[in-house]
Amino acid sequence: MSAAAAPSLAEELPLIDANGIERTFRMGDEDVRVLNGVSFSVQRGEYVALIGPSGSGKSTLMYQIGCLDTPTAGQLTLAGYDTATLDDAELAALRNQVIGFVFQTFNLLSRTSVVDNVALPLRYAGVGLKERRARAREALSRVSLSHREDYSPERLSGGERQRVAIARAIVTRPALLLCDEPTGNLDQRVGKEIFALFEELNSELGATLVIVTHDMTLAKRARRVIELVDGVIVNDATPAGRA
Amino acid sequence: MFEHLRSALQSLTSNKTRAGLTMLGVIIGVLAVVLLVSVGDGARVYLDSTLSSIGTNLLFVTPGRRETRGGFSHPQSGSAKPLTMDDVHALERQTHLLTSVCPIVEGGGAVRYGGRTRDTMVAGVGESFGVLRSMTINIGTHISSEDVDARRRVAVLGRTVVRELFGNENPLGKAIRVANGRFRVIGVLEPKGSTFGADMDDLVLIPATSAEDLFGQEFLTSILTAVRSREDAAPAMEEIEQTLARRRHGERTFTVMSQDDLMNVFGSLTSAMTLALLAIASVSLIVGGIGIMNIMFVSVRERTREIGLRRALGATRGDVLLQFLVESLVLSSTGGLIGLAIGVVVIAGVNRYFPDVPLRLSAWIAAVAFGAAFVVGVVSGVVPARRAARLDPVEALRYE
Ligand SMILES: Nc1ncnc2c1ncn2[C@@H]1O[C@H](COP(=O)(O)OP(=O)(O)O)[C@@H](O)[C@H]1O
Ligand SMILES: [Mg+2]
Repeated sequence: MSAAAAPSLAEELPLIDANGIERTFRMGDEDVRVLNGVSFSVQRGEYVALIGPSGSGKSTLMYQIGCLDTPTAGQLTLAGYDTATLDDAELAALRNQVIGFVFQTFNLLSRTSVVDNVALPLRYAGVGLKERRARAREALSRVSLSHREDYSPERLSGGERQRVAIARAIVTRPALLLCDEPTGNLDQRVGKEIFALFEELNSELGATLVIVTHDMTLAKRARRVIELVDGVIVNDATPAGRA
Repeated sequence: MFEHLRSALQSLTSNKTRAGLTMLGVIIGVLAVVLLVSVGDGARVYLDSTLSSIGTNLLFVTPGRRETRGGFSHPQSGSAKPLTMDDVHALERQTHLLTSVCPIVEGGGAVRYGGRTRDTMVAGVGESFGVLRSMTINIGTHISSEDVDARRRVAVLGRTVVRELFGNENPLGKAIRVANGRFRVIGVLEPKGSTFGADMDDLVLIPATSAEDLFGQEFLTSILTAVRSREDAAPAMEEIEQTLARRRHGERTFTVMSQDDLMNVFGSLTSAMTLALLAIASVSLIVGGIGIMNIMFVSVRERTREIGLRRALGATRGDVLLQFLVESLVLSSTGGLIGLAIGVVVIAGVNRYFPDVPLRLSAWIAAVAFGAAFVVGVVSGVVPARRAARLDPVEALRYE
C-alpha cells in the first residue's frame, strides 16, 4: 500500500464508512442475501457493540469490514481507502496495519510459543526477528501475560488464550480492533475481564473497538450499540445512561 | 525467504514422524539415482582405464570393412581379403609414422607338459608385441624378429600357464606341446592380473609365423601397430589405409581403428547404460515426489484455519504460496541430502571392501541427484501450495 495514496485528511474522516453494503451467497441455484444494504460509519476511538440474533449476518459484516471478504454491492471506505480499489497485497497490508482481529475460537497456533504467536503479524509487516520479539513482549505485558511468553498456548486457560490473541491483535498498533464474539467461549467472569481489557486499550491506546456479542450486559458497556436483524441495521443507538 | 524457511522447519519438526516418512520416498529415490548411476559411471571409468592399460597410442587393423563410429557391426564377409605377413612387411617398409608393426594370429588349444594339460589362448605375435601391449618379460626373453622370420617353435608363457603346467619347476628351455606342435619355452611374462574378469596371464605367445603353420592358415587375425603420439594417429591411419589399399587395387577390405575409436565405441555403450539406469532410478524419485505431494495436500487441508488466520493477520496469497512451497522444498532437499549422504557412505564402503566392483561417485552424479530432488520438491509442492494460496480466507477461517 503506497503512502501517497493515503488521504491527508485520514485523521478527520471516519475510520469505517460503510454505504449500502450487500453480501449475497449462492446456495445451489438460489441467491441468499445475508447483508441487505448496511450503512453506518465509525469514528476513530469509538467503542461499538454489534448485536443481533444468530444468523443475522454479524460475522459476515465483520469479514466485510475486515477486508477478508468482498461485498457484492455497496461501498466500504476504511481509514480513507476505498477498499474496492485495492488489490490482494494492498488489502493484506491494510489488514496487517489497520486492523486487529480477535476471534471467538482464539485461533492461536498450538505448536508455536505464546510470544511467537503474538509476533506473527509483524512478520507480514516485514519487521526483523529481534524487533518482532521485543514488540511481542511489549504487547504481552499490556495484557499482563509476560510470565507466559514461552508457554505453548495449549497450556493456557481460555481467558489467557484470548488475552494472547488480543496481544497479537494489537502488536501492529492497528487503529481498529474487530472482535467477533470474543467472550463466546469464556465464562461470564472472564468475559467481563476481557471487556475491561478492551476498554483499557480503547482509553489508553485509542483503539477503535467493534465487538460482536450475544451478552446484553456486556453489550451495554459499549458507548454505541448497533443491532443487526436479517442483514439490516434495525437499531443504532447509545444505550440509556451513557454519554 | 529466510522467514519462510524458518516456519517451514518449525512446521516440519512439529510432526517429525510424518516428515520422516515423507522424506523416505525421496531418500530412496536419490539413493537409487546415486547408486545406479555410479554403477554406470564406474563401468565407464573402468573400461576407459582398462582400455588405456593395454597400451598407448595403439592402432588396430582388422580384416573386413566396418564403420568405426556409431557402434558395432559385423565385418562384411565374402569381400574380405585377409591380412597377411606381406601386409606387415609392406607397412614396415612404406609407412613413416608407425613405431612398430606387429602381426597377430589368435587361436586356442590344449597346451601340454608332462602329464598336465591346459586349454588356453595361443597368440601368434611379432617381436614388438611385448612393447605395444606393455607385456614385459619376467624371466627369459621375448619372441624376437629372428624367431618370427625363421618360423621358430618357441613360446613365451603367461604366469597362469606356468603355474598350471610347471608348478614350481623352472619352465625355461622345457619342451611343451601346443596343439600338435612341439615348442620350447624361452620366457615367462610378468603377471598382469585380470581385466573384464578375464585372466590376462592365461596365455601362450608364439611367433606369428609359427602360429600360421600351427593353425594351418596363411593369414593374420589382425595387425597391431602404434604411433608416437596421439596427434600422429590420424595421419598414420591414413598411411595405413593407403598402403594396404594399394596392395588391394584400391579396395578397402580392412578396417583401421585407433585406441580412441575403440574407447568411443565403448564410451557410447556405457553412456547408454548409464542413461538407462538413470531413467530407472528416476521412477523411484517420481514416486517419492508423489509422496510429498500427497502429504502437502493433507497438510494444506489440516491447516486450513491456520491459512485463514494468516491471511487475516496480513499474509498475502503469495506469502501462503511460498510458505507451502518452501515446506515441500525443505522436505525434498533434506531427503535428497540424506539420500546422498547414505549413497556416499555405501559407495565408500563398497569401494573399500569390494575394490573390484566398479562403483564410482562423481560430483556430477551428486549434483544431478540433488538437483532432481529439488525439482521434485518444486513440482510436487506447487499444486498444493497454489490450492492453499487460493483458499478463500473467510471459508478457511470457518473451516472445522
Ligand atoms: N459462505 C457462505 N455461504 C453461504 N451462506 C453463508 C456463508 N457464510 C454465511 N452464510 C450464511 O449467512 C448467514 C449469516 O451468517 P453469519 O454472518 O455467520 O451470522 P452471525 O455471525 O450473525 O451468526 C447464515 O445464515 C449463514 O448460514
Ligand atoms: Mg457469527
